[in-house]
Amino acid sequence: MPAPIDLHEVAERELSERYRFPWRVKACMSTACLSAGAAPAFHAMEESIEREDLALEARLIPTGCMGLCSRGPLVRVLRRGVDEVMYQAVNAEVGIDIITDHIRDHKPVETNLLDHAIPFFSSQERVVLENSGVIDPNRIESYVGHRGYQAMERVITRMAPEDVVETIRASGLRGRGGAGYPVGSKWALLAASAGDTKYVVANGDEGDPGAYMDRTVMEDDPHRLLEGIAIAAYATGATQAYIYVRAEYPRAVERLDRAIRVARRKRLLGRNILDTDFSLNVEIRIGAGAFVCGEETALMASIEGRRGTPRLRPPYPTERGLWGAPTMINNVETLANIPTIMRRGADWFASIGTENNSGTKVFALAGDLVNTGLIEVPMGVTLRHIVEDMGGGIPNGKAFKAAQTGGPSGGCISAEFLDTKVDYDSLRNLGSIMGSGGLVVMDEDVSMPEIAKFFMEFSMDESCGKCSPCRAGTVQLHQILERITDGAGSRQDLRDLEHLCHVVRDTSLCGLGQTAPSPVLSTLHYFRPEYEELIESEEVAHA
Amino acid sequence: MTERTTAAARPRPAEEPHPSGDDRFNLIDKQLRRVHYGQDQLIETLHLAQEIFGYLDDGILIYLARALRLPPSMVYGVATFYHLFTFDPPGEHSCTVCTGTACFVKGADDIVASLSEAHTVVAGTTAEDGSLTLRTARCIGSCGLAPVMVLDGDVLAYQTPESALEVVGTAVASGGEA
Repeated sequence: MPAPIDLHEVAERELSERYRFPWRVKACMSTACLSAGAAPAFHAMEESIEREDLALEARLIPTGCMGLCSRGPLVRVLRRGVDEVMYQAVNAEVGIDIITDHIRDHKPVETNLLDHAIPFFSSQERVVLENSGVIDPNRIESYVGHRGYQAMERVITRMAPEDVVETIRASGLRGRGGAGYPVGSKWALLAASAGDTKYVVANGDEGDPGAYMDRTVMEDDPHRLLEGIAIAAYATGATQAYIYVRAEYPRAVERLDRAIRVARRKRLLGRNILDTDFSLNVEIRIGAGAFVCGEETALMASIEGRRGTPRLRPPYPTERGLWGAPTMINNVETLANIPTIMRRGADWFASIGTENNSGTKVFALAGDLVNTGLIEVPMGVTLRHIVEDMGGGIPNGKAFKAAQTGGPSGGCISAEFLDTKVDYDSLRNLGSIMGSGGLVVMDEDVSMPEIAKFFMEFSMDESCGKCSPCRAGTVQLHQILERITDGAGSRQDLRDLEHLCHVVRDTSLCGLGQTAPSPVLSTLHYFRPEYEELIESEEVAHA
Repeated sequence: MTERTTAAARPRPAEEPHPSGDDRFNLIDKQLRRVHYGQDQLIETLHLAQEIFGYLDDGILIYLARALRLPPSMVYGVATFYHLFTFDPPGEHSCTVCTGTACFVKGADDIVASLSEAHTVVAGTTAEDGSLTLRTARCIGSCGLAPVMVLDGDVLAYQTPESALEVVGTAVASGGEA
């Protein structure tokens, strides 16, 4: 076996390397910026540095997501001890200008400057995404240079597992997958369960349309996830872990796969991690396009190679999970919080956010907004701050109509509730949920019954078919919504719609069915006149 | 299923060339050996088979069932459960329009409708002349660039029905491998 990595030596080497260059150019190479043409720009800058003979002056670093995806490709130019400048819409020509004008001639390229003092950036508090857009995700040294694996090293060499569980409990961290179950309690359940074989599963089946925070963590900071998993496994006594990733995220799979292999070689995973008695094997499992697999019992069935259908709980996975053994499933974003909590302490984490809702939440801002992309904010900021200040408001002079959170399991929040604090409990009181963090803003042109139909179609397609309320109910609900949006609905349809929503919600087997009516119920609650208008116009036509 | 089983625990199927002489099956065998014929590797193996063959036909499913010692009904059941597995040969070009929430709000449905009409292909199928497979996806996670479309592996941002028709039309007109 090779000797384990010396984290402190690597971190020091990385630091001295970092400040050797007067200029560092960080280029976002995440999915969104790559789609916007980041790769040709990167190569142009690479060649330009070569051509201008600046190789000893400037270092070009590929990084993960910087957040403001709608302005990509983004590039940051850092001048040692002086300043940091951000550029937007960097194509190959702009990339060359940045090297020749800014770095060679010290004259920033005015046309593409992006002010990083705007609220989109300044209102963020980055915990989960602290390294995203900062480090090179493909180099473990880059992560170690940003205090990576330090928490794990301290935990497995100097802490008792029960103290780790206690720290997480004290931090108040709640599951970021949507339901918000206290993470410390879940860990304690797995730690207390009997058996030699226990499993930890990272749920990266981010199927909620409009959400891509987990993908960003897996692609841009894969070692953070591995470190979180290792700490969870140590605290709970698990020796095998799985990362379940959507097949729609091939780049995440590729980067995680590489990260696991490197970590194993450096003795940060595998047998006798860092020469301790703690061993952990991590494997990736790839989904195959089934939304229901985000539900934990369905996810386990899928890992076992079967159809991803859920089963009744209890028994909960911590009692009977994968292959009958105790299993704990945590969301990717949840696990990505762990290394920082262990490094900076439970009190620090609990001081962020609001009571019972500690820490930060990553949101994917999308829809009718000026600024769209990924943000991480303390729990409890208002929706208005996110939409108007950070998102820059609604473009084209249109008015805000609704914000959709929680995807097909969530609801729409109307303008009168814009001052609501965004946290688990406040959103639930409004009939929506936090969900995994998709936040889609809609302007006045969007029809709410159409949105309800859109989500119902989604739930209908994704229903696994195991229980009839969900299998048949979602089809019936979709048909009624179709009649209504076609203008052929009746008053009775509206009554049936509401009644059936309650039946499906109350009698379905798993979370998918239980929450499938939420988009309908919430739009009926806040935007009922729109439904009635569609029906009345029909009745007038018949009269 | 409470017990973790591998086919290797029982007599293993003899390793000889596939009767059809198609040596692509050797790649599948290699992967199966690597994972010790673990029955929990069914989904991974289906992914690999689809990558190698382009789609899954009955012959492939039966081959996997025998190799992993699983009932063919289970292999078929798993393969048909997941949306990403396909049972028809793909067209020369593949176009996937994202219909996630952000793309929907920004008019993805119009893009699907216009492509569907222009290339006489129903979403989720391949055109009769085999020139184009049109699919929809539930969010590919590039919501900041909505509406998004993936044409032959390239993600295209900020699409409109007009831009989509143009770029897909050009690809299809260029014939085979673009």
